[in-house]
Amino acid sequence: MRKTTRALTAALAAGTLLVAGCGRGGPGGGADAKVSNDKIVLAVLNDQSGVYADLSGKNSIEAVRMAVADFQAKYGDKAVSSDIEVVSADHQNKPDIANSKAQELYDRQQADAILDVPTSSAALAVANVAKAKKKLYFNIGAATTELTGKQCNRYTFHYAYDTYMLANGTGSAVTKQGGENWYIVYPDYAFGQDMEKSFSAAIGAAGGTVVAKDPTPFPNDNFSTFLLKAPGLKPKPDVLGTMQAGGDLVNLVKQYNEFKLREQGIKLSVGLMFITDIHSLGPDAFAGTTFTDAWYWNFDDRNRQWADRFTAKTQTRPSFAHAANYSAATQYLEAVQRAGTDAADAVVGELEGYTYDDMFARNATVRAKDHRVVHDVYLAEVKPKSQVTTEWDYEKILRTIPAAEAFRPESAGGCTL
Amino acid sequence: MTGFLQQCFNGLVSGGFYALLALGLAVIFGMLGVVNFAHGAFFMLGAFGAYLALAELGMPFWVALFAVPALLFLLGMLLERTLIRRLTPFDPLYNFLLTFGLTLVLQDAVKREYGVQSQPYPRPAELSGSIDLGVFDYPAYQVFVLGAAVVLCTAVWLVLTRTRVGMVVRAATERPELTGALGVNVGRWVTPVFAFGVALAGLAGVLAAPMRAVNPLMGADLIIAVFAVVVIGGLGSVFGSVLAGFAIGVAQSLGNLYVPALSQTLIFIIMAGVLLLRPAGLFGREEART
Repeated sequence: MRKTTRALTAALAAGTLLVAGCGRGGPGGGADAKVSNDKIVLAVLNDQSGVYADLSGKNSIEAVRMAVADFQAKYGDKAVSSDIEVVSADHQNKPDIANSKAQELYDRQQADAILDVPTSSAALAVANVAKAKKKLYFNIGAATTELTGKQCNRYTFHYAYDTYMLANGTGSAVTKQGGENWYIVYPDYAFGQDMEKSFSAAIGAAGGTVVAKDPTPFPNDNFSTFLLKAPGLKPKPDVLGTMQAGGDLVNLVKQYNEFKLREQGIKLSVGLMFITDIHSLGPDAFAGTTFTDAWYWNFDDRNRQWADRFTAKTQTRPSFAHAANYSAATQYLEAVQRAGTDAADAVVGELEGYTYDDMFARNATVRAKDHRVVHDVYLAEVKPKSQVTTEWDYEKILRTIPAAEAFRPESAGGCTL
Repeated sequence: MTGFLQQCFNGLVSGGFYALLALGLAVIFGMLGVVNFAHGAFFMLGAFGAYLALAELGMPFWVALFAVPALLFLLGMLLERTLIRRLTPFDPLYNFLLTFGLTLVLQDAVKREYGVQSQPYPRPAELSGSIDLGVFDYPAYQVFVLGAAVVLCTAVWLVLTRTRVGMVVRAATERPELTGALGVNVGRWVTPVFAFGVALAGLAGVLAAPMRAVNPLMGADLIIAVFAVVVIGGLGSVFGSVLAGFAIGVAQSLGNLYVPALSQTLIFIIMAGVLLLRPAGLFGREEART
């Protein structure tokens, strides 16, 4: 009997201590009352081992961690929550995996916002989950304009770039510079088809003509057929517009140089280019190629300072996707701070119509009608190797395209929030 | 007409890669009965080896062309001795799974070190120009690749048909037990033949480095097409594999030009067609392997 009592007492005492411990809450105490589960959870969902692993991948998680650290340093004790966690998952660029991972992140890992998500099909799958769960989602890595078009929703924001912005920047700029006749080759899947349509529209609007367009296998390692066909087209195209990405782009550009199309008066224009692509081939392979960039690390001091901090952590230079992840995470945390809570609807309210200017997004506005985040973008040209002064210094910015012109007009996408 | 000839030539160049890879696969399958799924990974290692040799050691393309396949030969011997050999007595599926697993390990190991982005590799300076082929100009490097593929395939063919070593290998390929019974030590030839196939894949990889994207997945994308080539040519038939390699290259090139909509599927349509008419492939033998 005595033994039992003793055991009971011990259990009770232990229990009391435990309960007392819990009652104190986490660090930060009462201030966290308005934050769900006493913490803010940012989730990075992206490709960590496939084709987009270098341009977003693990380093996007690092960029989001930097945003959290900067936020905490800025607000210190006044931060809406002292406990901010960054979690991540690999969606392998597959919509079905993206769908289940997003549910898991929102439900089990209690994520308040999901970031990144390259690959358009996966991006759209996550938008549906965000809508159903009523949780925030900032898409950075995907290009489809559908996110702010017919498939838009109240909790989804499209942050860095899209096919309209790429085509509008590159397609019209190159056409106006005299590249009037285009031959477009595009990989035969959703992204490529989308890009081809956007580019054809932009080229037509700028007074140019698409002489021919060919779908190519995906993935593909031999583009000779298309490259050889180009000079024989009537009229002869001035520009070869490639919508290929990643390894396919590298293959195509290597072969474009082999067949000496530039010497035959056919310039190269790349639909979507990341700085990692230029690094893969060396700048000379791309020299003179124009493309639209959402952000460039060596543009000004503000970008360089951030890029240096990023490089100190990752040993590589940031792509625009990395910078955009940092920016989106920062703006989300700022919105939570202003709202004083992480309740999704309150944060959406803070974000809609908000205008700001940060390291990534210059003259930025979060459009209330379609949740497109518009900001200045840049028309860039690849420098020849002789002009490259430091490592990764590959781009010359030809023109800043103001936020107001860079993206599709608010009403044109057919979004009804 | 010039365009047509140019496209045929293109096809022969990509066919050269198919032929080299299919040749290695056919020799390995014939001798060991192993469907080597890791062949694409060895191809990738060849290209990566060339890139590393240049980036880390400053080794020029011409040296890498010999050094990298030699290293892969050693790797092939090591793998055959330590892993492949243990599973050859069992159902071929075991080795298929083993080499599939090996592919994933090799790919991910390279990914881990170098990421998925493509690595730069310049064309050798000697071959950076064009060659006038009479009717049209063609990049010199691609002409060289085609020449190298033809020479290698012919050389292997001659070794197999005209030398004593080739005779033993062919005999062991066709009737391993009978050849053994005649006093030939078949086992002795298994390791070098496997390693030779691996080295051939590596050589194709080195050849690919200056004209294709050098990244961890380059072999995975190619190997599916090469399997189709081997099936079309006839599993285990060296001659059939090489011929099918070049033929499929040309068919794909022309297919891209005339029916771009089919460009993704053409090779598999041909494969299905061949299997319907000749279930063992164009040059395969009907009887089952024992």
